[in-house]
Amino acid sequence: MSVEIRIEHAVKKYGDTTIIPDLSLTIQKGEFFTLLGPSGCGKTTLLRMIAGFNSIESGDFYFGQERINDINPAKRNIGMVFQNYAIFPNMTVENNVKFGLKARKMPSDEIQKNTDEFLSLMQIEEYRNRLPERLSGGQQQRVALARALVIRPHVLLMDEPLSNLDAKLRVEMRSVIKEIQNKLRITTLYVTHDQEEAMAISDRIAVMNFGVIQQIGTPKALYQRPANIFVATFIGRTNIIQASLVIKEDMPYLKFSNSYMIAMPKIEEDCRKEQNVQVSIRPEEFIIENASEPGIEAIVEDNIFLGLNTHYWVRLPSGVRANIIKESDIDNEIEKGRSVKLRVNSIKINVFSEDGKRNLLLKENR
Amino acid sequence: MLKKHPRTQIEIWNIIGFVILALYLIFLVFPLFQVLKASVIDSDNHFTFAYFKKFFSQKYYFSTLLNSFKIAFVTTFFSLLLGIPLAYYFNIYKLRGQRGLEIIIILCSMSAPFIGAYAWILLLGRSGILTKIIEAVLPIKVPSIYGFSGIVLVLVTRLFPLVFLYLSGALQSIDQTLLEASENLGCTGLKRFFKVIFPLCMPSILAAGLLVFMRSMADFGTPLLIGEGYRTFPVEIYNQYVGETNVDHNFAAAISVIAVIITALVFLIQKIVNSHFKFSINALHPIERKEIKGGKKFWVYFYTYTLVFISMLPQFYLFYMSFRKTSSSGSLFEPGYSLNSYKIAFKKMGTAIPNTLIIGGISVLAIIILAILVSYLIVRRSNIISRTIDNLSMVPFVLPGSVIAISLILAFNKKPLILTGTMLIMIISMIIRRIPYTIRSSSAILQQVPISIEEAGISLGSSKLRTFFLVTVPMMKNGIISGGILSWITIITELSTSIILYTAHTVTLTLSIYIFVSRGTDGPAAAMATILTAFTTISLLLFMKFSKSKDLVM
Repeated sequence: MSVEIRIEHAVKKYGDTTIIPDLSLTIQKGEFFTLLGPSGCGKTTLLRMIAGFNSIESGDFYFGQERINDINPAKRNIGMVFQNYAIFPNMTVENNVKFGLKARKMPSDEIQKNTDEFLSLMQIEEYRNRLPERLSGGQQQRVALARALVIRPHVLLMDEPLSNLDAKLRVEMRSVIKEIQNKLRITTLYVTHDQEEAMAISDRIAVMNFGVIQQIGTPKALYQRPANIFVATFIGRTNIIQASLVIKEDMPYLKFSNSYMIAMPKIEEDCRKEQNVQVSIRPEEFIIENASEPGIEAIVEDNIFLGLNTHYWVRLPSGVRANIIKESDIDNEIEKGRSVKLRVNSIKINVFSEDGKRNLLLKENR
Repeated sequence: MLKKHPRTQIEIWNIIGFVILALYLIFLVFPLFQVLKASVIDSDNHFTFAYFKKFFSQKYYFSTLLNSFKIAFVTTFFSLLLGIPLAYYFNIYKLRGQRGLEIIIILCSMSAPFIGAYAWILLLGRSGILTKIIEAVLPIKVPSIYGFSGIVLVLVTRLFPLVFLYLSGALQSIDQTLLEASENLGCTGLKRFFKVIFPLCMPSILAAGLLVFMRSMADFGTPLLIGEGYRTFPVEIYNQYVGETNVDHNFAAAISVIAVIITALVFLIQKIVNSHFKFSINALHPIERKEIKGGKKFWVYFYTYTLVFISMLPQFYLFYMSFRKTSSSGSLFEPGYSLNSYKIAFKKMGTAIPNTLIIGGISVLAIIILAILVSYLIVRRSNIISRTIDNLSMVPFVLPGSVIAISLILAFNKKPLILTGTMLIMIISMIIRRIPYTIRSSSAILQQVPISIEEAGISLGSSKLRTFFLVTVPMMKNGIISGGILSWITIITELSTSIILYTAHTVTLTLSIYIFVSRGTDGPAAAMATILTAFTTISLLLFMKFSKSKDLVM
């Protein structure tokens, strides 16, 4: 029963402030899709527009072929999981799960059958007669999921469902959610500001900022080939270093402050001109060399041994502080104060235009 | 396929909003407008300011206003002076019998004021028991209880509990860590009270002060009974309207208009002052009550118990008197004890108890239903209509009851809708005057119900009304019931409106007490007052059971 969600030119305004200027998006049938962004970026607003709890100023929302803009929220057949679970505190677990089925006037034997099925699917049968106040956060979350799914919704909407749980439970519940979604193959729209959670759970992610989608892609694509500086810094950690693009014999090179140059053959044709650029180098994309080798000059300011990896903080001549992650060696710790040279893994790094809005790498590499 | 859907659907809540607004327009705004009209248009249909001129130019009338102000100021001052330390001691220290004292304090604020006045007359009046004892033992003359000092005494003992309740609420929302921080910075004791606690409680103190001021200004029963020559203007309104001589409805209307204007002004001033104290506090760790030791302990116990005892004394005394033997008519007490007073009371009061239950019951039922809807509109559907309803519903909260009564009579004593003399008009007046309690308590609790709970219901396919009744209302239950009980208590002790609206068929408990008192049949009056106090106490205990927090929303 799951459907494709299609949004065309959605606009959201509160008074004179525009929250979402113009947003289009298609979520495939059965996909686990996540809206990711900092707080206030408009992700929850968009979710609530789909649910029908926020007005739509302009644009069209479709479930499959059906335009839902003017359909009553109660008739949209949506399963929704709220940040605070929104379990009805005056009803038992079982009655919470039955609530939506009763609203649909399903025959009572079918209500019972469906309720039992989902109570068992979410492993909360033993709590069926309990009131919500006597459940832990994780159990409440399971009730919320069972209640949302038992009505066989077209789509499942989840608004930061894990943010009220402690760290360990969060990890556990996110695999529960992922498993259930895999089993039921229901189109799911998930909202979070936690990028690790988004990466762990999603088929595709839309990164949002200021009401605009910055990039849509798989977790891998977002991490390895971010579309702009915002995505590069928001997903994972990275170091942004100023450099310039120079062309020698038709070959683009990246030139760092101390004239260290590396070849960048995969730059887009139309960008192959001399210009200042911003380079995003993730901590694991640096290679630390002896001071005598060619590379970017740096002085080690701090080292933090974390077991598998050792983190280094180094200072570049430009004053930028960079973070480097290196697999820990048995005896080779680089002490503070030492001068080193840095090479970069040129296949992995990303080069952006000076304003940070465009990734200059070839499309096929992105 | 593209389905067509209507762009705008008329939401059920908009309809409800319109209906309630219409009810307020018919039963509050229109009647008040009639008062205004009567105050400036004389019996020959001519526009005139003569009635206002009469009030302000003749010292005889104008002095009633000054008297009321004097009483209101002095009462407010003493209520704050007594109530603030009481609330402070109660919330800072562990005291024995705290819960019992608290119930008594609340009970004091709930009893009908004229009953207090009546009991004080029995205690300290010309032939009062205490007067006789004191004058027999000590060589002094007990100062007269009648007039200004008596009114203030009765009002203060009844109104300082409001200060206590408001301030207790404020103190409970102060975080323990704030006190610890100030102690840590070297600010303790009295200094801490004035530098930290007092400013944090300022909004509540102002609100309580305003309420005490308005209540003492508008109080009618107390000056009527104990005021004697000291004339206040709610009594003057009553006298001008239903007095025995020189009845002048237009003049009564003019005085009512003045009352409304004064009420509005005081309200406005309070709003302006209050806007300087806008901050919100929320206690994660409420103040922990400490043990007290030494001399301070003696003082705190002495203060709290004496104050509570004095305030409750009238009720105790009436309770005692109700079991005294009386002459067969009930007006003279004789040595010994009997149930004679109760017998006479039950024989003579007619349908007072059923009337009270019917009027109170129907009013509370209507109040609960309306208050649920109004609070939902206020909290969840904030628009011009719901805000108008919100403001309108609070107007009768501070208006003198006699003004409401006169307005209803002026509006509904002629076609198309004649209600005067019916039970319905009394019910309407009760609903209008007492609904603010329930609206306040239900909106307070609704604000704590997360809106996502309702959205969850709707997203599961349940209609708005079904979600409202299956999910929202059950979650508001405690607030609704406690507000309803509070409204109930204030209905059964009401006098100032019903004394103008009642007929022989619609006498209530309070009215019949008043009639007994005014006829001098003290025995049955004491018996009825005791019955009323019993009703109030039972209701209050029910209220305490249902409201999880013991804060009264007033």
